Amino acid sequence: MPGPALHLAVEIDGDGSHPAAWRRAAHSPGQLLTPRRVARVAAVAENAGFTLITLDDGVLPPGAAPDPVARIGAVERAAFVAASTSTVGIAPVVPVTYAEPFHVSSQLASLDHISGGRAGWLVTEEERPEAARAWGRPPVTGTDARARASRDGVEVARALWDSWEDDAVIRSVATSRYLDRERLHYIDFTGESYAVKGPAIVPRPPQGQLVVLGEPDRVPAAQLDVALVAGRDLAAVAWAAAAAGTPRVFAEVEVALDTPDATAAERVADLERHAPWTDRGRLRHIGSGDRLVALLGELSRHVDGVRLHPLVLDEDLPVLSRLVLPALSERRHLARPLPGTSLRSTLGLERPANRFAAAAVQEEAR
Amino acid sequence: MTRTDPLDVPRPHAQFHFGVFFQGVNHWTIWSAPDSGSQIDPASFRKVAQTAERGLFDAFFLGEGLRLREVDGEIHDLDVAGRPDAITQLAALAAVTRRIGLVSTSNSTFNEPADLARRLSGLDLLSEGRAGWNVVTTDNAWTGANFRRGGYLDHADRYRRAEEFLTVARALWDGWDDKAVADSADAPAWSAPGAVRRVRHQGPQFDLDLAPTLPRSAQGHPVIFQAGDSGEGRDFAARNADVIFSAHGNDFDDALAFAEDIRNRLRAVGRPDDDLRILPGTEIILGATEEEAQEKKRWIRLQQVTPATALGIAGLLWGIDLSDRDADGPLPEEDPVVAENDGSFGARRIADPREVVAEWRAKAQAHRWSLRETVIALGPQRGHVGTPSALADKFAHFVRHGAVDGFNVTPYLIPDGLDDIVDLLVPELQERGVYRTEYTGTTLRDHLGLREPLTHRSAPARAHAS
Repeated sequence: MPGPALHLAVEIDGDGSHPAAWRRAAHSPGQLLTPRRVARVAAVAENAGFTLITLDDGVLPPGAAPDPVARIGAVERAAFVAASTSTVGIAPVVPVTYAEPFHVSSQLASLDHISGGRAGWLVTEEERPEAARAWGRPPVTGTDARARASRDGVEVARALWDSWEDDAVIRSVATSRYLDRERLHYIDFTGESYAVKGPAIVPRPPQGQLVVLGEPDRVPAAQLDVALVAGRDLAAVAWAAAAAGTPRVFAEVEVALDTPDATAAERVADLERHAPWTDRGRLRHIGSGDRLVALLGELSRHVDGVRLHPLVLDEDLPVLSRLVLPALSERRHLARPLPGTSLRSTLGLERPANRFAAAAVQEEAR
Repeated sequence: MTRTDPLDVPRPHAQFHFGVFFQGVNHWTIWSAPDSGSQIDPASFRKVAQTAERGLFDAFFLGEGLRLREVDGEIHDLDVAGRPDAITQLAALAAVTRRIGLVSTSNSTFNEPADLARRLSGLDLLSEGRAGWNVVTTDNAWTGANFRRGGYLDHADRYRRAEEFLTVARALWDGWDDKAVADSADAPAWSAPGAVRRVRHQGPQFDLDLAPTLPRSAQGHPVIFQAGDSGEGRDFAARNADVIFSAHGNDFDDALAFAEDIRNRLRAVGRPDDDLRILPGTEIILGATEEEAQEKKRWIRLQQVTPATALGIAGLLWGIDLSDRDADGPLPEEDPVVAENDGSFGARRIADPREVVAEWRAKAQAHRWSLRETVIALGPQRGHVGTPSALADKFAHFVRHGAVDGFNVTPYLIPDGLDDIVDLLVPELQERGVYRTEYTGTTLRDHLGLREPLTHRSAPARAHAS
């Protein structure tokens, strides 16, 4: 028996998860960087009933010759998509290994305002030394140091989101005050390599805190709303999900589906002539949509959602949209987001109390 | 009124350009009126941008602030404050507008070139060539307290950093050959071999090495705006900018003197003297009659300069806390205290407050002004007030004599403060032949009538290096 209804996320960066996906795309290579293309993929995902789209990113090119080496920043694409959709959640990938946490916090809070509370943040790392050279910063080397950088960056962003209480803008005509400064807070963060004073320049995001997603061995579980877990088979995924310790868990699944024109295996083989499909240790489904429905049913006993990585967006997204999501929906097995609902409430997560407001109440109660 | 092109003026065919400045932190946007909208709701930004586009404006402009303002160590609570990150907000507006330029104020002191150049490129591609960058600098450690680098740069260094920043950004924007991307999936490679060049830069401010990840947009580069008024700022603009956003737009003679100075500086660096657009910031107050416009101005000033704001402004001048005084009473009797600048926005640089206060006293006495009336009358004189017809005549005169190329308008109300300008003033300007009747191009560079980006003019075919 399958478990409760699943949330489905889909990664829509580039042309798909295979490095050579562009060779099977339905558009010419240069169209990848046009607003029409960005909006269309997001619209297909929204109409299909996905809970969330994610947009991969990093300072380095997304691939190496002969494959695509271009990518528009994920936050910019996310904001653009937010303005052209109404229901789907949107989570850009933003590593904070070298970025300014103050800027990252502002950008993400703005995305939440722009999307009316549909924003998430997928925290990753800039692992390669070339990223440090691109930023012009001293390299952060080693798993521990990078994890520390992520932890500090998330801590700063989250503290800044709380640095304005929800009702800090008072517009008090009687006293001429626009703000209540008692409801604005310095965060006074001091980490190992930098300090951030605060408060934010962006008022508290509509969700209070954006939905933060990440891999549990890269970001402490206490800072994550959603853990993304991988594993080559169901047992490995189930084990990782049980160990995650986060409010919600999504499994990473790569998919290549049979299409009316070619079987999944044929499509994969065609692309493998050009390059191997990078192995990231994730569950991989190569086959029919029906069998994917069954696999998702199995997964739903272990996780709250699945993030799909289609082989080729232009080929697999239509199959997901016309076959897989409707089949799940028919079995009452798909958790579809509703218009006007925040990403947080779609995922059944509470809107967090403001840490500073809570502190102020405690102070009063003493 | 019929269209006439007077030929006895320096620029008989000059065209007037409008930008709209959606302000962030400021006390000029009236937040207390019944029709004052949200400063953060995306609907406010959409409404202003779409109205400006309906009025065939060149650009929608966002400012930036990287720390909430303080006075005497406390967050300043009288002004509008709180705003979205500019590039993020503009990327959203790219989806709901079609022609208007989208200009971000972004700081070169507290950003890094690889990151900011890439974000601006993304905005430029998503808007199909409508991005602009207003390059600003910061010199105080107080803002630095929000950033990794902390600290500060002195006045000269911040411009040196800005200039090196621009050099790196332009190298990144020029890092891809046009037509670098294959036009078919059957091509041997997605990008032509050698068509993307690494940028290796080693200078006093930056040491980096990276492969740019984006091609040039429809307009080549984002349009560069510059807003500093010091000698260094003007020279920086002459060397680098496409548009200068000045404070010299109120008085014709002052505007013309500024424009002549900029043209001289352009010639001095070997640029044509019509290579840069001058768009002073301004406020426009319209009325059906001159009296109605003046009446409206009085109402607006009283909304902008509340008693508390008047006491706050006077407090900065006097260097003492005046918040418990009566703004509608006389000026404080004390002499001003010359305050040390502590680096926050609270302590403004005022040449000699004693002289200013003496002048305020004399004028207040002569006109029997209260403190608040004095602050309003003697504070910065903003904008243009009158009937649409009179202002259209005035603006046509300004532009045809080369004093300005247009204005970057700050609406005093969000989100409806542009409506009367678009509905009443724009048609008058069109009748006088100084304003477009439709967009003739698609990019911001087209709208402003600018040449190719500075690094990309009649460039010889470059070898495909590295």
